[in-house]
Order: sequence, then C-alpha cells, then structure tokens
Amino acid sequence: FYLTPPQVNSILKANEYSFKVPEFDGKNVSSVLGFDSNQLPANAPIEDRRSAATCLQTRGMLLGVFDGHAGCACAQAVSERLFYYIAVSLLPHETLLEIENAVESGRALLPILQWHKHPNDYFSKEASKLYFNSLRTYWQELIDLNSGETTDVREALINAFKRLDNDISLEAQVGDPNSFLNYLVLRVAFSGATACVAHVDGVDLHVANTGDSRAMLGVQEEDGSWSAVNLSYDHNAQNEHEVERVKMEHPKSEEKSLVKQDRLLGLLMPFRAFGDVKFKWSIELQKRVVESGPDQLNDNEYTKFIPPNYYTPPYLTAEPEVIHHRLRPQDKFLVLATDGLWETMHRQDVARIVGEYLTGVHHQQPIAVGGYKVTLGQMHGLLTERRARISSVFEDQNAATHLIRHAVGNNEFGTVDHERLSKMLSLPEELARMYRDDITIIVVQFNSHVIGAY
Amino acid sequence: AARMFLRLLSDIQWRAANPKWRGITSSRRSTSTTAEPHPVSLPAQAQVVICGGGITGTSVAYHLSKMGWKDIVLLEQGRLAAGTTRFCAGIVSTARPMSIELKMAHYSNKLYEQLEQETGVPTGYTKTGSISLAQTQDRLISLKRIASSLNVMGIPCEIITPKEAVQLHPLINIHDLVGAMYVPEDALVTSANVSLALATAASRNGVQIHERTSVSHVTVQKGRVTGVETDRGRIQCQYFVNCAGQWAYELGHSGEEPVHIPLHACEHFYLLTHPLAEPLSSSLPTVVDPDGRIYVRNWQGGILSGGFEKNPKPLFTEGRNQLEIQNLQEDWDHFAPLLSALLRRMPGLEALQIMQLVNCPESFTPDMRCIMGESPTAQGYFVLAGMNSAGISYGGGAGKYLAEWMVNGYPSDNVWPLDLKRFGTLQSSRTFLRHRVMEVMPLMYDLKVPRWDFQTGRQLRTSPLYDRLDAQGARWMEKHGFERVKYFVPPGKDLLDLDHSKTFYKPDWFDIVGAEVKCCKEAVCVIDMSSFTKFEISSTGDQALESLQYLFSNDLDVPVGHVVHTGMLNEKGGYENDCSIARLSKRSFFMISPTDQQVHCWAWLKNRLPDDSNLTLEDVTWKYTALNLIGPRAVDVLSELSYAPMTAEHFPSLFCKEMSVGYANGIRVMSITHTGEPGFVLYIPIEYALHVYNEVMNMGQKYGIRNAGYYALRSLRIEKFFAFWGQDLDAFTTPMECGREFQVKLEKGMDFVGQEALLEQKQNGVYKRFTMFILEDHDTDMDLWPWWGEPIFRNGRYVGKTTSSAYSYTLERHVCLGFVHNFDEKTGEELVVTTDFINQGEYEIDIAGQRFQAKAKLYPFSSLFTQRRRKDEVELSGYQRE
Repeated sequence: FYLTPPQVNSILKANEYSFKVPEFDGKNVSSVLGFDSNQLPANAPIEDRRSAATCLQTRGMLLGVFDGHAGCACAQAVSERLFYYIAVSLLPHETLLEIENAVESGRALLPILQWHKHPNDYFSKEASKLYFNSLRTYWQELIDLNSGETTDVREALINAFKRLDNDISLEAQVGDPNSFLNYLVLRVAFSGATACVAHVDGVDLHVANTGDSRAMLGVQEEDGSWSAVNLSYDHNAQNEHEVERVKMEHPKSEEKSLVKQDRLLGLLMPFRAFGDVKFKWSIELQKRVVESGPDQLNDNEYTKFIPPNYYTPPYLTAEPEVIHHRLRPQDKFLVLATDGLWETMHRQDVARIVGEYLTGVHHQQPIAVGGYKVTLGQMHGLLTERRARISSVFEDQNAATHLIRHAVGNNEFGTVDHERLSKMLSLPEELARMYRDDITIIVVQFNSHVIGAY
Repeated sequence: AARMFLRLLSDIQWRAANPKWRGITSSRRSTSTTAEPHPVSLPAQAQVVICGGGITGTSVAYHLSKMGWKDIVLLEQGRLAAGTTRFCAGIVSTARPMSIELKMAHYSNKLYEQLEQETGVPTGYTKTGSISLAQTQDRLISLKRIASSLNVMGIPCEIITPKEAVQLHPLINIHDLVGAMYVPEDALVTSANVSLALATAASRNGVQIHERTSVSHVTVQKGRVTGVETDRGRIQCQYFVNCAGQWAYELGHSGEEPVHIPLHACEHFYLLTHPLAEPLSSSLPTVVDPDGRIYVRNWQGGILSGGFEKNPKPLFTEGRNQLEIQNLQEDWDHFAPLLSALLRRMPGLEALQIMQLVNCPESFTPDMRCIMGESPTAQGYFVLAGMNSAGISYGGGAGKYLAEWMVNGYPSDNVWPLDLKRFGTLQSSRTFLRHRVMEVMPLMYDLKVPRWDFQTGRQLRTSPLYDRLDAQGARWMEKHGFERVKYFVPPGKDLLDLDHSKTFYKPDWFDIVGAEVKCCKEAVCVIDMSSFTKFEISSTGDQALESLQYLFSNDLDVPVGHVVHTGMLNEKGGYENDCSIARLSKRSFFMISPTDQQVHCWAWLKNRLPDDSNLTLEDVTWKYTALNLIGPRAVDVLSELSYAPMTAEHFPSLFCKEMSVGYANGIRVMSITHTGEPGFVLYIPIEYALHVYNEVMNMGQKYGIRNAGYYALRSLRIEKFFAFWGQDLDAFTTPMECGREFQVKLEKGMDFVGQEALLEQKQNGVYKRFTMFILEDHDTDMDLWPWWGEPIFRNGRYVGKTTSSAYSYTLERHVCLGFVHNFDEKTGEELVVTTDFINQGEYEIDIAGQRFQAKAKLYPFSSLFTQRRRKDEVELSGYQRE
C-alpha cells in the first residue's frame, strides 16, 4: 500500500489554515504578519485543539494550542472558552461596564474577539449559553472588584487560566438540568487538557503555558543562521523545578508516590492541566458526582477509578507559567506546538526548517550578470533551477504543514523521505497512535520592520 | 556594460546643433549630476513653456514651431531624452486596435522616416516590418480585425501562415502557431536620437531648450496659466505643456490648483545581447508574440527582447525624484517567464551571450490610452503623457495633435478617447492607480474580446441600490468609476467564469439579455441609470435661458415641464455633448448627459457661461438615483404608485413633472427612456431610492416587472437607430450628419454655437452620413459578431467604419451603426453624401476579414415595432417626420 505524493499532500493539508493580518496597499502596521497552523491526527478523533483570535476591545492577538487527554472534551472546551476569559481579564473597567449594561438591557454586545478558524475548528452550540453565563459571572466579579489599576497581561493570563479551570470544576459539580449538557460538563471536567497560549501586542510577547506543549522563538542570527529560544517550560517529570514544586505542595510522606514512572501519581504525564478533576477533587466529591451523574458516567471504569496514594488533593493545577519577551527585529517567528512535534524534532531543527521555509525566496541572492559571459541558455537553466528550488520549499503554502511534513517524513539525514512519509500516513487508525502522537502547530510570523521601528 | 549602452544610444552629432541649444555641449561628457554653470539664463517670459525633454515634449515643441509658434521654451530636469525615452526599445508599430492610435502611429512612422533628412541627425530609422504571432484562433481573429483596419487606412498589412512567417524571420519556431500578421512598413529607430532630432529641428525654428532645469510648479490665476516656477527662476507664460512622463502626476499635483493626470509607473524589463555568431541583419522584422507576452527586435547584430509580464512591479507610488530611475535593479527571477517564452519562440538563441537586462520604467494609465489635452480647471495647461510603453509609436502623432489643439483650439481629428477630461479627480487616487496599472500592463498583450471590463479599481461609485441589485444576480461593468448593470443572471443559472467567457462569437449571456429585451417590449423593466451626469442650471433672471439658448442647438424656450433633446455643439457644429434638458421652471433647467461627460461638459459650460453670480451651475449627479422604467406597462405601474393619471393625454412624451411615487415626494419623472421605447425615467433623491425601487418592484409584479441591464438597453437603442455620444457621436459629427436636423432650431431668434456651420451644411450637404446596417447573411450562432470599428464597404469600396453594433432581438438580425463617406475614386477627396448615395449602394461589413452583406437604412423600422400601443407615445417621432 503506497500513497502517491498528491494523496500525501491532501492528508497533510486537510487541516491547514493561514491568516494574514490585513494590510492596506502593501502596508501592515501590526507586529504580526500572520500565522500558519495545521493539525495531523493520530488519535481518532484527534484530541488536540488550536485557537487563534484578535482582541477587538484591547490590542493584541491570541494564539494557542491545546493537547487533550482522556478524550477531547476538555481541550475542546478550553479552546472555545479560554480566550474569552483572557480577553475579559484584559478589559478596562469601563468596557466591562459597557458590556454588562448591554447584556442587561438586551442590546447588541461589543464583539470581544475576532476568531481565525479553520472550518474544522467548531464551537459547541449547545453549551454556549452555559459558557456565556459563567463568563458573565466572571466579568461581574471583575466589575465589583474594580481594582482601578491598569491590567497587567501576566496577571490577566494567570487569572483567566485559573478562573476557567475553576468554572469547569464548578459546572461539573452543579450539573445542568439538560441531560446532554450535564453529561458534557462532566466529560469536560473528567478529561484534561494542556494549554500553551501566546499573546502578542506590539513588541510585547507573553506566553502562558500549562502542561507539556511548547512555545519556541525562531531567531535569525547576523550570519543568517537560525537558532531557537524556548519561551515556555514543560510541566512534566523532566522538569526538575516542576517535580520540586509538586513535592513542596504535599507532605513528605507522599514524596515517593507523587511521581512514579515519570508520571504524576504514576498516571499523568503533564504536571499541570485543565480539567482532570480526578487529580483535583476530594474522593468524597468525586464519588458523589459520579454516583449522581448520568449512567454513562457511572458505568465508566475510568471515572470511577480513584488514583492510588490519593491523600492530599489537589495534586494538579491549571495555573500557567508566564514568560514575557520583548520582541527584537531578529525574532522572526514563534512556533507553538503540542508535544507530538517536540517528541520527533529538536527545537534547533524546527527553527532551521521554519526559518529557511519563511525566507526561502529572499535567501537567494539576486543574479547580476555583471561582466561575466553568460548565454541565454545558461541563464535560463540557472533561473529554472532557482525556481525549482523555491517551488520545492513552496510545495507547502503553509509553514506548519511544512514542519509536519518534516516531523513525520524526515529520514536520518534530516530530509523528507517520501516513502517514509507515505508509510507513516497510511498506518491504520489503531496503529497510528503507537508511532506518533497528534501534532498541532501554529507558526506566527513577525513583522521585523514594525518591530524595528518601536 | 550599462555605461557602454548609454554611449551607444547617445552617439550623436552634437555639433550640428543650433547654438540656441544651451547646456548640451558643456555637459555631454559627464553623466554625473553635479551642477554646472548654465551659460544662458532663462527668459523672463514666453508664450509656451514645455516641461519634459523626452519624445513627447520634443514632439510638441517640434510641431508647435512648425505651425508658426516661435516663443517657446522647453525645460528638461536632466538631459534631453534621458528618461524613459532613452531606454525604450525603439519599435515603431502601427498595429493598434483603436483608430485614433493607429493614425498617430502611422503619422509617427512617416515623420521619423524623413526626420534624418530633415534635420541631419541620424535617427537609426530602419523599415524592418513587424510580425505579430498568433498561438490561438482567438488571437488570430484579433489580428485579423487589426489587419482590416490597417488595410482600409492604406497601410500595407497581411495575414500570413506560420510558414510564411518563418521565411521572413528564420529564427522563429512555428510549431505552436496558427497564423501571423505582417506589417511590412513598421520600423525601428534609436529613440533617444529621434527625440534629439525633433529637438534640433525645433531649436532651429526658434524653440529655446534648457536642460538641467526643474519645474517646481505652475502658477494659475483666475483659472488661467500665468507662469512657471523653476529652480532657476520664474518664466511668465500663457501656455504650459506637461510632458513630464512618469513624473507628470507629481507635477500636476504640485501647484495650488492640482491638475489630475492619472498615470503610474511600472518597472519594465528588456534584454540586450551581444551579436550572434553571424550577426542578425538590421532589416530583420520585429517579432511580437503576445501569447508569449514578448517582443523581439534586432539590435546591433544581436537582439533586444522584452515583454509585459503577468505580475508587473509598480513603482514610485509615493513619488520619487528622477535620480532613482538610474538605480533600478535588474531582476532576472522576475524576467524568467519572459526568457522562457523567448527561448521557446527562438530556440536558436540559446548560445547567445547576454549583454544586459535593462530596467526601464514606463508609465501606464487607467484605461491603457494616453492622456492629452487641456486641464478642465486651468486654461492653457496642456498635458501629453502616459504613453503606456508606446511613446515612440505615438509620440510623433500625439505631438502633432496636441500642437493643433493649442494653435487651432482643437486637433484635426477626434481625440476624445485620449482626452484628459475623460478622467476626473476620481481616477487620481494613488492606490487606485497602483492597483489599476497592475492590471493594465499585462493587458497590453492580453486578448481583448468585445465588451471586456477592467477588474481592478472597481466599486468606487455605486448606486444606493447596488447591494439590492447585486443580490438579484446583477453582473457589473464600470463607466467613469460608476458600477452599471450589464444584465441579471437568473437564479439557478450559471455563466462561465471570466476567462472562459472570452469570445468573439455569440456570448453566453445571449438568452439572458434576450429575455430582458422581450420584457421591455411586452411588459416593463427597471434599469438603474444613476451614473448619468446631471447638472442644474438656474438664474435669478433670464440669464440661464439666454446662455443655454446660445450654447445648445435646439430651442430651449419651451413651456415649463418640457424635455428637449439637444446637442451642445462646437463652432464647427460638432457634438461636444448630447443631452436631454428639462425646463423645471422659467429660470431653471435640469440637464442629463452621458456618464463620462462629467468633467468635459462641466469645463465646457464653465468656460463659456457668463461670469455672473446670479447664474449658477451645479453638478447634482450624486444627488439623484435614476430608474428607467421601460415598457408598455410602465405607465400602469407608475399611475398605481402615484394615484395620478400617466396616460399620454395627461403625461405626454418628452415631459417632466415632479410628483410623488409611493410615500416619496419630489420625484422627477420624465417621459423618456433613452431607447425609443415607451416609459419613464425617475430621478429620485437618493434617500428615497430604496423605497421607490421597492415600491416599483412590488407594484410591478402583477405587470411582470423585472430588472434589466445596459446590454438590453443597448440592443433596444441600436435597433431604434439611437446614436450615443462617445460611441457614435463625437466633436466631428454634426446633427445634420446623423439625421438629427429636427433637434436643431436654426431660426430660434438668436445665434448659437455652431449655427453657421450647420447652415452651411444645410445648404451644401454633408460629407458623411450616420447609417444603420442590417446584416443579411450573418449567422448569429456560427459567425463572428461585430463589435465596433468594422470597415464598411459600398459597392466593394471602403466608405467608413461602424461605431456600434448590437443584436436586435426584434429583427433577429445584427444591427451595426456607422458613418458612410463618399471618397472620390481617383483623388480620395471627400464628396457630398446624399440620401441617394446611401440608398443606391450595395453594402458589406468586414468582420475580421470576412465580409457580410448589409442593408443600409437612414431611418429605423417603424413598421416592425407594432407592440406600441399608441403611436403618439413614440419618443422620437421626429424620425418619421422627415
């Protein structure tokens, strides 16, 4: 069984999406030129999610990747809701009041976000009312709190993450009279998701990370070569600080059982996550909710199962680590990706592949005949070769697709091997998960001219 | 290599130059721009100051001085012929689709041919001929159309087979060709030297030429040019000519009162090679391969080859100074597709060695036609620029026309298609120009089929009903920036996309427009005609009436509420405008003119109306939405909506009344339709437009109302023999020549412009006659469709060209309108055309080389149109009166 190159391309490109920041007559005043994103599923259905949106009431753009586990419900909910929580956290008091008054009097709301979505990126219609009410309660509290201080992005990100996780937990405890919704909120709470979110506003780049997805900055050195700068820390057993933190938060007696086989309580790979109430609620609460819940939940062995050595919950938090970076002209792009990418590729390779892709055309020196003896035929050959080189880079119109092609198809020499690519993509569903994980990538391209002018 | 190239082109006999020619001998050895002392200071005044020493500026100077104007100063910011003129390819090509362009190129060719003899300056003129290649049948058709018009002009031209092409030019690969066109008299010149020769001749005739002198701006007082400010002082002058090429836009905007000259530069590349092993003969024809987007000429034993690529690079959008023109880079990657096309066309050139890739910016205009004429706002401010990369081909002829315009008040031919006043401020946005020229440059070599439209720079001016109509399937075209409906695609029906609908044969909208026409004939249709230019003229006393009586040929002293069709004529009796004027009150008039008259008509009236504060002229185009209700049931729809009787007894034809329609009051209703069909035009204050439209559509439902577009209108007006200004009528056509004597009141008790000329024509007869032709043996499904510009043959001899054509769904035949002349068989002199002359001929129309029999008529078929309910409703009953 063998996939032809067009078949490979149609698989790779099925979920690709590109957004260019609108420009007027060749001029773009934003520090972001645009972004490319893509997903390649290994699970069926895929458990990764992605989001991108422009904040309309404040400046800035939000981009995020979300890696779900134990189902996709939590990742889906976070991908729909998190940016609203962040945007609301960033809003000044007057705007919050204005929005609240509009809702109160039934007027049209100011739009808060402009989403940039692939057609496959869906929003749950059924839960929108429920989600909206939770969000409204949040902004009402923010209005009551009115600190009067200008909103700090770092704080806003942390608050939004924590608040959303809290709402997910509460909604599951309260339940919903609608049985479909009731089941949905429970699935969201009992599944989990990591999140890696970037907020770009001018030269200020904030990355908030919870879990083991990763943000990486592509930097072009003076000699034209590419290097990678991490803008997030993985929250997993490989991160000593993270292991240290977990140990600090629990009695010494649990030290041995906290992290086993590089997993939290021997079960969970990421050390921070949304949802996963099994690692957050008390045993009593878990039992009460499961028993009063719908049958589907009650019959599910996973939800009924209580983690071993479960003494002092919560063991898990959704609180992100936030890194601020002031963009420089040499910072050309940002890659946000779930661990599916980072398992297969080193960040240095990622920086090089994306960097060369994005500058592919410009990298070639313009030809000048000068005093050389060149015939028309030679020049034609040279130009054809140059175009071929460019078009091989541009087989992909999307940097994220290009990266996935390398992640899945790279041979030992670091070049794409079509045979390997074909094999990897034609694996049957049940085998695919053994060889690769879901991969979700967003590549944000920065506008060096604008950044340089700051 | 670049420096050597410059030297090659500028190798010229300077010492022959007249000593009046300042600044040249001192600077010719240096290419730097450091200031050198100017030997002679500028004159304090002159009659004419020309800015720009390229081909256009020197040509204008040459022709003005030949016509006897001596007090002329030509200023050039750098050196003569140092801009685009120096770098351009030097091809003189007469194969142009538009008749006025063809005439200019033909004249240029003749002029350059004898220029060396006249001036002693070697111009490099070589008659090589040119071959235009066709890779497709459609391309061959377009070449055949050009060949037809060249032939009737007396310019040798033939359609040849690929094999014949290879005999003329052995390097051509003909495997993918279906045919070619050969124009043996096309030529090559060294373009900079042509310009220098013209300058030399002008200089001998007394023109002062000053190089290294920049014009900073032109001063205008009370609407007239008074002088020019330069970096070397001021020159007072009566006339200023802007020949600044790609800088013309900037220069136009530099003064206090901007003159809008819509053009924009694009980079243009061509390749120069070393000679072939066996150097190419300098008489080898130039090859144009439009499907490959390239041209190739012989150059110094090697070749010069460039083209018009699909993805042009516009530049200088923000405006730059001239120095940058020399720093433009070669861009081989950009040139690659053209190089591929070249090697595909001439594979034998593979081993030829490259000398240089030249980057030579050219300026382009929004409609691919050059810009000439006088500013509508500043009298004495003339322009000749925007040559769309054909500066050498047009330069001679264009300079002649402009000189005639300045000396005589108007050129010797109709140049309206090139007139600066076809544009207004609306075409001079930099963004618009940048986007439009990116479409225009590739269009140079794109196949142009009947009724093609520009795709960029659209949706600028729209009717308030635009979205409503668009949602109902409207397909749009554009006139003077205004979106107008071509036709409505019914729901569920799909038309071909733009590329696939290109055809010289029956178009895919044939049945759609047929249905709209049928509805106009049998029920009622609505056409949004808001784009028409609308002026109001009013006064406190009789000034408005008196002025209009003088400026218009028909009698406007009619009872209030009457509408008069009348021409706005020039001294020679020719139509400067053709309009309908309604007398709103004793002292105010409402005037409807074609869409593209907005600038021209305004300027014409402004310059001629007395300077009287009690007389006001207002452009109200934007204030009214116009809905044309065409058809026998229009009267029913309107009377139901207004509760007013609309029958002929109450609302006769050619009548205008303000009334209410639906809830909206103050709607100007006129019983005209611009088609000869019964109906009304409603002039609606724009805020009522949607309401009135909705009411009309709702009420019209029971009468079978539907939307229609301009294609239906065109079919209707052409089968009724209605002439349209800009298409059929121009400044060289009088009412007598198009059967409109009834629209002229020769004895209205006072003189009017053009009266004398008309009286003379009435006495002596006319020299051309507007005639209607019905194609007899033309198969609508199978044969090529006529467009306009097709030659007309009478008894086998050429007598004129068509000006418009349409399929008549009533006659089920094609109808062409055009002018018949009577050229003396021996001398070619124009003789009087009589009714008998028209009626006694056997006619043929030449469509792309194929002749179709045609029946000539001087009056429309009244008997065929029996659908009309009452004869007295006929709008132009005047036709039957004769």
